[in-house]
Amino acid sequence: MRNVLTIIGKELRSYFVSPVAYVVLTGFLLLGGWFFFNLLSRFSLMLTLYTQFQGGGEAANRLNLNDYVIAPLMHNLSIVLVILIPMITMRAYAEEKKSGTYELLLTSPVRTGELVLGKFLASFLFICIMIGLTGIYPAILLVFGNPELGVMAAGYLGLLLVATAFVAVGLLTSSFTENQIIAAVSGLVATLLLYIIGWPAETAGNILGPLLRYLSITEHFADMVKGLIDTRGLVYFASLITLALFLTQRSVESLRWR
Amino acid sequence: MARRHLHLIMIEVQHLTKRYGDLTAVADVSFSVASGQILGFLGPNGSGKTTTMRIITGFLPATSGTVKVAGLDIFDDSFEVRKRIGYLPENPPLYNDMTVAAYLRFVARIKGMARAEIAEALDRALLRCGLTTVADRVTGHLSKGFRQRVGLAQAIIHNPPVLVLDEPTIGLDPQQIIEIRALIKELAGAHTVVLSTHILPEVAQVCEKVVIISGGRVVMEDLLAHLTQEQTLEDVFLRAIAQEEVHNGQPHGEVEEIAE
Repeated sequence: MRNVLTIIGKELRSYFVSPVAYVVLTGFLLLGGWFFFNLLSRFSLMLTLYTQFQGGGEAANRLNLNDYVIAPLMHNLSIVLVILIPMITMRAYAEEKKSGTYELLLTSPVRTGELVLGKFLASFLFICIMIGLTGIYPAILLVFGNPELGVMAAGYLGLLLVATAFVAVGLLTSSFTENQIIAAVSGLVATLLLYIIGWPAETAGNILGPLLRYLSITEHFADMVKGLIDTRGLVYFASLITLALFLTQRSVESLRWR
Repeated sequence: MARRHLHLIMIEVQHLTKRYGDLTAVADVSFSVASGQILGFLGPNGSGKTTTMRIITGFLPATSGTVKVAGLDIFDDSFEVRKRIGYLPENPPLYNDMTVAAYLRFVARIKGMARAEIAEALDRALLRCGLTTVADRVTGHLSKGFRQRVGLAQAIIHNPPVLVLDEPTIGLDPQQIIEIRALIKELAGAHTVVLSTHILPEVAQVCEKVVIISGGRVVMEDLLAHLTQEQTLEDVFLRAIAQEEVHNGQPHGEVEEIAE
């Protein structure tokens, strides 16, 4: 446990002493702010238009902040995460291998499980900060509007789970190589694939269709954004994260078999 | 007395072989190092020195053969062995964005030192390796000589009984080389040191025992005093290497480079 904390400390420090953390956080907030601004101004435009029409009051009542601002915001942010998270995780193992510090870590009395867990938790804390900072947008809505808090919280939980799964996958691809570009690209391909794997579900038949839909991260995420948290989704995320971490541990450990 | 006898041999390498596919980097290597001794591990570039050291430190597994450190098998008791070894790889394993002090504190912690001991160990390591003036500088900005010394400091910070140093004086200026050699000599007795190099005078000055490896095979293992009774170390080395090449019909290539 102590080793895990030591690794977390070292990893977080390396995010924040280099410009990486600041560039990623700024970029994420900048894009998030842009999405939020546009979604909100479109919402207020629609609201004005609807109320101007005869009998539009009823239609205007059906407009709500959750469906028209928060849900699309969550989906947009999740796409940004597909691109940003592999860039956050790419250095985790690849850089250690390249610079030779991997030799220090693996010849120290640190178990591979502790190393893998430490690196994962550090990246997890980082994305918590990242996603936490976007909390300013719903906070604005809470002050000036009346979105449903529960639905919003479910959406955020979904976003955090998506990000955590991406982190676990990104760390796995980083553990395969000593080249950061390869780690980032393969991480991006893997996370994007998880994102879009459900696309052929409609035409894939009775067995493959539901399977693809279950494997798709968007499927479970979309439910949570709607405010639907079911065990099926939670089990999906937990299994995905656990599997990625397990494979990472095997991948790091494999150096000791060859 | 029994205890002393038990630890008489600190490192025992037996029939160690390492293959990468068809390439044999290390073939049937056996040697031993007594407790408190400094072993000079000599050989041309690509002769298997680094591979052997990586196996002893537990970074790479052997294809066959065993290594025992302080009586513990490096494969079965890997975790315990790793606690007892300080290792300076060929390239000092530094995090370029950390300060020297922060880096050494991190190493001390992952080597399992108690929190209360770390401050004192840090001061001692900084002092011994002449790093006190650069303690707060970022390692990425240091010169090659300083980086090498930080590498040495991380190997000794937790005061391990066994030190494995892969070409510790490479890239240092003459003044620093003299200092580092003096430091290594000082470590003998309390520590068992395996030191790889291809600088022969270094061995003559520092080591008690010499193992010469060529083409992945041990071609000579003896005490320095015995070897240099009648001829210089240079002659011994060249003759040993030549024998190996005749024996195998061809000189060996850069096995280690490929192994990277």
